[in-house]
Formats: sequence, structure tokens, C-alpha cells
Amino acid sequence: MAFALSEERDRELRQLLERYPTKAAACIPLLHLCQDQAGYIGDEVIEFVAHRLDLPPAHVKGVVTFYSLFNQHPVGKHQVWVCRTLPCALRGAEDVIKQCEKKLGIHIGETTANGKVTLRTAECLASCGTAPMMQVDKEYFENLTHDRVDEILSRLMESKR
Amino acid sequence: MIRRTDFLTKNYGVPNGWSLSVYEKTGGYEAAKKALAMTREAVVDEAKKANLRGRGGAGFPMGVKWSFMRPHPTKPAYLVINADEGEPGTHKDRTLMELNPHSVVEGCIIGCYGIGAHVAYIYVRDELHLSKARLWGAIDEARAKGYLGKTPFGKDYPVEIYVHTGAGAYICGEETALLNSLEGKRGEPRLKPPFPAQAGAFGCPTTVNNLETIAAVPTIFTIGGEEFSKYSSLHYLNDGGVRLFGINGHVKKPGVHELAVGVTIRELVEDIGGGVLGGRRILGVIPGGSSTPILRADEKVNAPDEKSPLHPWHGKSVLDVPLGVDTMRGIGTMLGTCCVTVLAEGTCPVLAMHNLMQFYRHESCGQCTPCREGGAWLLGTVEKILDGHGTMADLNTLTDVANNIMGNTICAFGEGTAMPALGFIGKFRKDFVAYINGERKRSDARLTIS
Ligand SMILES: Cc1cc2nc3c(=O)[nH]c(=O)nc-3n(C[C@H](O)[C@H](O)[C@H](O)COP(=O)(O)O)c2cc1C
Ligand code: FES
Repeated sequence: MAFALSEERDRELRQLLERYPTKAAACIPLLHLCQDQAGYIGDEVIEFVAHRLDLPPAHVKGVVTFYSLFNQHPVGKHQVWVCRTLPCALRGAEDVIKQCEKKLGIHIGETTANGKVTLRTAECLASCGTAPMMQVDKEYFENLTHDRVDEILSRLMESKR
Repeated sequence: MIRRTDFLTKNYGVPNGWSLSVYEKTGGYEAAKKALAMTREAVVDEAKKANLRGRGGAGFPMGVKWSFMRPHPTKPAYLVINADEGEPGTHKDRTLMELNPHSVVEGCIIGCYGIGAHVAYIYVRDELHLSKARLWGAIDEARAKGYLGKTPFGKDYPVEIYVHTGAGAYICGEETALLNSLEGKRGEPRLKPPFPAQAGAFGCPTTVNNLETIAAVPTIFTIGGEEFSKYSSLHYLNDGGVRLFGINGHVKKPGVHELAVGVTIRELVEDIGGGVLGGRRILGVIPGGSSTPILRADEKVNAPDEKSPLHPWHGKSVLDVPLGVDTMRGIGTMLGTCCVTVLAEGTCPVLAMHNLMQFYRHESCGQCTPCREGGAWLLGTVEKILDGHGTMADLNTLTDVANNIMGNTICAFGEGTAMPALGFIGKFRKDFVAYINGERKRSDARLTIS
């Protein structure tokens, strides 16, 4: 089925296009808009972006595969990213990762059976001074403790959305 | 010497400290008003006097960079602000965006005017959603007041600022990769020359400044370039002013602090960071992001030559050298982003290197063979050593591979991978050998200390 942006997101796209001297420059922000709506970037989204920005689909596909935040396949409703890089690792990131795996019953890179949560590791998220940390969807959780991680994940698993 | 200042951080912690009203209560936007009444040349001269060394990692003097911008007969110019903040161990720009976004907006107005641009793009890594929201908030507030738009402060010099976002790629912090990403392409670095000042964003003359660099600009125009520079005890080395110092890893009080340039690593760890966790001794310190080679706590400065900028510290511990661009270079590392990562005694340096090599392996853009393949070799070989299957030949392979990355890649990511690798191998050779001899096992290795 052909992809189309919601009315509100389409308005955002038009605003985007006014910011740059070329249409192509809107490629990454537009891909974000599409992913926010569809959850991942499938072939129909690539066709849509290519068409709207007058770009070859291969260009768009090249962009999608370059950046790690673009999902090329469906993922869970919620995204959990635990930072694994050295400064966080020095303050216990490894334990946070293990705790998340255990609590969610999945390994890094997997999605819970109910499709709710995808768990991944991230590289340094600019919170090394408040390590260890994790990102849940668009929110940062810093200075994590065992109890705090437990609470965050419980809330996420119980959430209605 | 520790000298605390609060030019950039005075509203950190103040309720709504990021809003225009709070910013203006303490003199906000007066600097832009002042700068826009000057000639462009005078603005660049004042910026030069500040001796502000780029806060993004390379330490290039900001004013000098601005002076490379020449009006082009047909093309517009651009100011691009680098807020990709992805260098492991770096956590300072984010605090400015979240807690003092108006300093960024004001800096952009002055910067645009100084280099002859009418548009600034602030490239923020996508994960920093709060940072982006605060920046947009500040931009909207400034526009509503007429500080942005067609006639900022009544001057016929239109300025617009836009926030642009990445999508998760450390390499996009490299300035030419960032420009490609801004143009909607894969974030692959470009060959230089041409430099951005000749052909940058959209093929037009462009200045790329780090976010902290531009946020410091209003301070320069408030107190004067020379005054700003003189805050630093390294003013005489053209390394001026005040900056944000980060401290993380095994310290009691990690955080971000605004201090005059000139503080030493020991002062940062002991006095600002509250000392090492568990009262332990320092094993090593990474001075400014993971690409800067580690310093061992027991290293001494060797600078017998009186002409060397390091001579005043000859024979002293490297931890007692002030954190500066040239001083850190002088002791074989780099100041980088000025965010210090501390490793306490008891941490396994082989495991630490392994952690970082995973990062570089993951983040190489893959354009250049030495970096793409070399990164994988480095990771694979440390892994083998950690697992107890390594030989002395593998240790030499590590050094060889790292040396063959150095200087053989389009951008400095290659050096950023190889230099820390060489640092760990050279300075902690005994630890690597212990794994090879079977004296140490991966299952006993720790990065955390209790
Ligand atoms: C691999 C790599 C990553 C970089 N990442 C960043 C970054 O996240 N933020 C930044 O400001 N500069 C980064 N830089 C440095 C930029 O290329 C550039 O020097 C800097 O943005 C210039 O600004 P400044 O002169 O104000 O420091 C990086 C460089 C390399 C080689
Ligand atoms: S290392 Fe985890 S946020 Fe920097």
C-alpha cells in the first residue's frame, strides 16, 4: 500500500522544505517524520520520500541504511536503549544491560513477545557525567540504580500504549 | 589553578533558566546588539583576541577560522553549529542546549554577522530531544522579539536559525560528514581541500563551529576579547578564556563545571570531582574524549628543553599539567573536548580498550579501507587476547594495524581509533602480556570498582 503522511506531518514537511536551499536536505528530517508515523522505514516509505524530494530511491535507501536510528524492519512500540560505552561501563552499564535482559526476558536486539519493547544498546549518548543511563523512546533516564531501572521497565510493560 | 566562573552557567539550576526573560535579566542579547553595531572586520578582530580554541576537539582558534570567510560573488555563506556531541566521554554541549540555549542563539547572531552569513543551521544529534526542544524554544522567543528575522535589533541584516537533526552516527560529528548529512546524504567525510570556508554546506562558503564555541561568543563581546582570554592561565600560549570541563568515570562527583582554562587534571579529579571512588588511586585518565590517548597516573613530564611549552612542568606528574590544547599535545595526548574520564586502580585497561574498539568498529563509516578493516582487526585481536588465545605476535599485530591506519584515511576518525589503541597497548603492555601468558582471565576483568 502506498505510504502517505498524516495531515499534520505533511504540514511539518512543508515547513521543513522552506528551511533549506535544496529539497534533498529535508531527507533525514522527513525520514524521521515517516518513521514516527509508521514505526519503521519500509520500501513504500522510501518510494514516498524519493518521490516527494525528487531523489532516486537508491539515494534514500543509502541514507536509511547509513544511520543507526532508522529501523529497516518493524520494532516494538517502545524503544529502550542502554548506553554501553566506556564511561557508562565504568559505572555499571553492564549490570543495567543484564537487568533489562532479565526483566524483559529478551536479549539485546530483540523485541518482547507482546511487541511492546525493543531492547538495544547505544553508543555514548552524551550523558557520561550522569552514568549509567538509558533512553526510553524520547526520554533520558540518568544516574540509574537497580530500583530505578526496575521501576522504569515495570511502568513501560504495564503502560496502555 | 582552579578559578570558577559562571558566564555560561549562571542560570543552570535557576527555574526556567533557559527562558528569554531569565536570560535578559542578566544582560542577555546586549552583546549581539553591541556586535551588530560594529563593522564585520571589527567583530572578527575581537573574536581573534579572545584566543578561543575550538571546543569541538581540534582546538583551532575560532577567530582565525572566521577570518577565512570571504564574500562570494554569487553564493551565500552559512554558519553551521556542530552539536553532534558523540565523542565518548563528552557531555558538556548538551548542558548548554538544555540550560542556556539563548547563549547559542545570541552566539549564532553574532557569528552569522561576523562571517557574512544569514542562515545558521544547528546540527543536533537526534537522541537529544530535550536539547532540540529548548533550542527551538529559544529561537521562537528570539524571533518573537525581533532579534531574529529581517532586522535583528533594527539592523538591516537578516538572520535565521534552524535546528537540523541527525539520525545516529558518530561520524557526523566530523565537520565534512556533518555537511553531507545536512545536505541529506550519507554522513561520509569529504576530502579536504576544499575546506568548508571555500566549499561547505550546499557548496557554499561555510564556517563550522562547535556548540560550546558559539555559546561563548556573547561572553567575548560582553567583556571584550582580550579580557576573556586573560581569564586563562594559558593566555600566553594563545589558549584563552573559560570553558566547560566535564568529569566522568570513577570519581565521586561526576559533572560539568565552568572554569578558567588552566586547571590541572589532578585538581579536576580531586577538588572538582571529589576524588576517586572508594578512595582508590588513579590508574589512568583519558583527557578529552575516547579518541585522546590515555595518560597513566605515574607518567612524568619530560621537557628538559627550556623553549618547550612544557618545560615549567619538567619532571612533574602529567596530572599536574594544566589542561590546554598545546600542553596536552606536548605530553603526547590531546585536550580534545576537555571532558576527563577517570579509571581507578583495579580497572582492566585491556577490557577498557576492548570497549572502545567496539565503539570504533561500530562507527566507522566504511569509506576508507584502513579504518574499516583496521578497526575490525583491532577489535578482533584484543578480543582474542582477552579470551586467552593471544600470542606475542598478536600484540605486534595490534601496533602494526594501528600504525597503518594513522595518516591513511580521509578524516581524523582513523587517528581517533589508532591513537587510543596505541596508547593502551604502549602504556599497559604488561596487562596485555598477562592475558597472553595466562596469568589473567577475562572472567576476572572488571571495568567497575566496588
Ligand atoms: C570522528 C570525529 C568526530 C567529531 N565529533 C565532533 C562532535 O561531536 N562535536 C564537535 O563539535 N566536533 C566534533 N569533531 C570536530 C569537528 O570536525 C570540527 O573540528 C569542529 O566541529 C569544529 O568546531 P570548533 O572549531 O569550534 O571546535 C569531530 C571530529 C572527528 C574527526
Ligand atoms: S558513555 Fe554513556 S553516555 Fe557517554
